[in-house]
Amino acid sequence: MTQQPYSKPLPTPQPESDFYWEKTKEHELWLRYCNECNQAYFYPRDICPVCFSRNTTWVQASGKGTLHTFAIVHRAPTPAFRDDAPFVVAIVDLEEGPRMPTNLVEVEPDPSAIHVGMPVEVVFEDVTEEITLPKFKPAG
Amino acid sequence: MADLSRTAAIVGVAESDEIGTVPNKSSLQHHMEAAANALDDAGLTKSDVDGLFTAGYSTYATGDYLGIKPRFTDSTTVGGSSFIIHIAHAIAAINAGWCEVALITHGQAGRSNRAPQPADPSLPTLQYEIPYGFIGQPINYAMGATRYMHQYGEERTRQALAEIAVSTRKWALMNPKAAMKDPMSFEDYHNSRWIAWPFHLFDCCLVTDAGAAVVVTSAERARSAKKPPVWVLGAAESHDHLGISTMPDLTSSVSRHTGPAALGMAGLTHSDIDLAMIYDSFTYTVLITLEGLGFCGPGEGPDFVAGQRTAPGGDFPMNTSGGGLSYTHPGMYGIFLIIEAVRQLRGECGERQVPDCGISLVNGTGGALSSTGTVVLARD
Repeated sequence: MTQQPYSKPLPTPQPESDFYWEKTKEHELWLRYCNECNQAYFYPRDICPVCFSRNTTWVQASGKGTLHTFAIVHRAPTPAFRDDAPFVVAIVDLEEGPRMPTNLVEVEPDPSAIHVGMPVEVVFEDVTEEITLPKFKPAG
Repeated sequence: MADLSRTAAIVGVAESDEIGTVPNKSSLQHHMEAAANALDDAGLTKSDVDGLFTAGYSTYATGDYLGIKPRFTDSTTVGGSSFIIHIAHAIAAINAGWCEVALITHGQAGRSNRAPQPADPSLPTLQYEIPYGFIGQPINYAMGATRYMHQYGEERTRQALAEIAVSTRKWALMNPKAAMKDPMSFEDYHNSRWIAWPFHLFDCCLVTDAGAAVVVTSAERARSAKKPPVWVLGAAESHDHLGISTMPDLTSSVSRHTGPAALGMAGLTHSDIDLAMIYDSFTYTVLITLEGLGFCGPGEGPDFVAGQRTAPGGDFPMNTSGGGLSYTHPGMYGIFLIIEAVRQLRGECGERQVPDCGISLVNGTGGALSSTGTVVLARD
């Protein structure tokens, strides 16, 4: 069976996010952390967006979080998403504090099956040889 | 801060010649038609214009196409609110002496455009949101509405969104330029198809081809305009995120800053407002903007709009043109809010005229609920 080429939009890693995307390829989720604020933030930037400190580092996230909000996309926004619709776009509150955009997968795309605040955990989709997207599913 | 209230006025407003579905005209032609029409409305000519403002395009594109060589330019582009913000910038520029006649233009073949602009892949939204399908504002705003429903109750939120869609359509039926010509019942709203749950089709604005322009000038110059000037009493602007995933609170519009600031500059309170023009990219936008502006408190929007209060005959006239939901919305709509406010304040609105309309508050929202610009306008 030949695989369909991946036609949905892909991220173009930037200098400050190469590490993030390298780690997702290893099925790990890493966050940028400010040693002055003592908190993680998303998305990755070398300089802390809260206090402008350069005293920042990378920390590995647990991959656990809760669902902050979601929508169930019925009308595919581009032809590449047609086979996926209906699918779930979501924003997740990570255990470490930051919020991140993602898809909620391995769930019925039905509002009765999805609840704001439900526990979720990260899964990794190797969408191309170069890019792995972190997504979330209901926590088991 | 210098008191710039009532130091400049809007003297000309117009749409492009045709709006709606206009496959035979480019975005820039919509700019040019609207500019010519608005200058005519003001009793001015192209040669009077020395300040040029637009969003989406840079003013060197519109300046070139329109044949205008300005001495003040502003291409501030923060989504559909940009044109409201341009009014604030025009007042400042006029008072600084940088220009005297400010022309704000917009044109967008949102429906018929042949070549959409490619986006910059280094933007965080392109990297972290777009790959997941956060594409197009219905999806982004829907996530805001879901959060609101979680915090304040799904049923009452749903009813509020329906109230806004239905009341706005009633106004559109009285505007000959409105794209939507058929009445909408509550049943029609609830039966319209899902776009991105919790949004039905009728929660979402139109996608049209349209242009618009606004002429702002000094108090002195405004006195000799063709029509009575509409004074800018207050103006304010802000933004607090880019993509929806970095919005600090998905249930709170940044109009919580720009509303009070603009009203403060005007020296007015909410009860002074005769007409609210609130950017309705989505029904949900209106709900949280009314709250942000302070017409009601957080979570109180559903009670505020209940019972068709914002419809013709209601005690809170809102979006009397028919709004982005039912009149026109080419992609960035804010400038059309100004046009309707000015026409209402001039008493030009015929069947849909708000009686004794003296003061209007106009609030534009741009991006993924990212930016707002608020102005308070008053008739002479």
